[in-house]
Amino acid sequence: MSEGTEQVWRRHTRQESLQRFSIQFGLTAILVWAVATLDIYWPFALDAPRQALDLARRMVPPDWAFTPHVLQPLLETINIATLGTLLAFVLAFPIAIMNARNTSYNVLTFWVARVIVVATRSVNELVWGLIFVVIFGPGAMAGTVAIAVRSIGFVAKLLAEAIEEIDRGQVEAIEATGANRSKVFLVAILPQIMPAIMGVAVYRLDINIRQSSVIGLVGAGGLGIVLTGAMNLFRWNRVAVILVAIFLVVVASETISAALRKRVT
Amino acid sequence: MTPPVPPTPAPELTWEPPHLIPNFWWRWATVLGLVAYLAYASTALDLNWARFVHGLPRAWDFISRMVPPSFERWELIVSGGLESLRMALISSFIGVVIGVPVAVGASRNLSPWYVYLLSRGYIAISRTFPEVIIAILFVKAFGFGAFAGTLTLVAAASGFIGKLLAEDIEDIDPGQVEAIRATGAGGMKVLLYGVFPQVLPRLVGLAIYRLDINLRASTIIGIVGAGGIGSALFHSFKRYDYDFTLAILLVIIAMVMVAELVSTELRRRIQ
Repeated sequence: MSEGTEQVWRRHTRQESLQRFSIQFGLTAILVWAVATLDIYWPFALDAPRQALDLARRMVPPDWAFTPHVLQPLLETINIATLGTLLAFVLAFPIAIMNARNTSYNVLTFWVARVIVVATRSVNELVWGLIFVVIFGPGAMAGTVAIAVRSIGFVAKLLAEAIEEIDRGQVEAIEATGANRSKVFLVAILPQIMPAIMGVAVYRLDINIRQSSVIGLVGAGGLGIVLTGAMNLFRWNRVAVILVAIFLVVVASETISAALRKRVT
Repeated sequence: MTPPVPPTPAPELTWEPPHLIPNFWWRWATVLGLVAYLAYASTALDLNWARFVHGLPRAWDFISRMVPPSFERWELIVSGGLESLRMALISSFIGVVIGVPVAVGASRNLSPWYVYLLSRGYIAISRTFPEVIIAILFVKAFGFGAFAGTLTLVAAASGFIGKLLAEDIEDIDPGQVEAIRATGAGGMKVLLYGVFPQVLPRLVGLAIYRLDINLRASTIIGIVGAGGIGSALFHSFKRYDYDFTLAILLVIIAMVMVAELVSTELRRRIQ
């Protein structure tokens, strides 16, 4: 054993440790800033356990006699979701064609479609709900349109991706017969993206059922309307019934959607 | 001279493209059922053209009051946006801290059945309810403001991380776990050296993804009083300050877009 050849094993090189340290330090600093400046009213926070217990006591036992009044809004929620999804597909189809690089007419249409996709996706359905309640008045129509508009971006983006991945040969074959644009789309493109359409429809319907259960909070129909009503009257045992209804419908839709998607793909 | 043989007619070929539902009767029953349902649903919801046309002038009025956006009270937008950002950061961090143990609990290969059921129950409840519903309950329990909003996002984020990370933990290579166990290591050490190194990249990816989702959600739960830029949005709407509403909406869209870009880029680099 000679002196000076002793090697110490290190997991990270000096540069790596420095990098790791600066990332950790940066993250900690951001978190400390966030916590320190977050506006917390401590009396409320300290009172919370008592308030939570109070809330739980008011909710249990749920007022099961209220169940019949929940069924109609529940049905309305499902109807809003399905019609909203259908309307979303009608609106999203042309945008998907414009947003796919191989079917878009030119750069301008491509970017117009892109802007529509981003804008509709980034605004929450509750905000769309607020807007359409002003336009169409409170009720299911505003909710349906809000759900549809919010879904445009999602549907158009996924359909555009499917269109971009189609087999070019079939399009060329149909074009060679002298078919016009719409025939090329119907015969060469549509059959190829059909599985994608089915998959996206089922997936989005599942999301929309969840969202349409709360959209009534801004007056746009469905379960959210009875929920707001029960909360404004402080009938928390009725709120509990509505929450159970939302839970059941969301779980059912998720299960059905997962089963259907497994069959489609 | 024999008369010329007439050409035999070619056998008639009929070809139909394959259908989504192969059975003829099932296919048409499905189509009819769907049409009947849609007809029922649109009458049940009272959707009609007259209402749509009636709404058009109001839509025009609404748009003309929105445009141009007014950034006059930009301090409110900045403070609301920063609050949303803080809520998203804190809740994502705490969401990971709670979500990791939940994920371990919800992995069939690591946990006893009662811990498994408990963790799966927590995940089901936290993932089923939309954020806004959780926010309502927390606002009632913890009062208005960012605190209730942050807790809402923690509840949603921990279930999300728990579910997706559990899927990964169930798929890990059991050999490494056995190797660590063979050295006589206890449960905690098996987790630290046998399990976590295998799922760490996925966890980092999930955390960044959830930060993106939390930022999105934090801009909206203010509608029920849970703080963030959503409160400013909702209040401006209730005061018919539509030009200010549009300004807030534009800022929200910008925030969401930047978050999505950053999150996608970071996740791409990690993988």
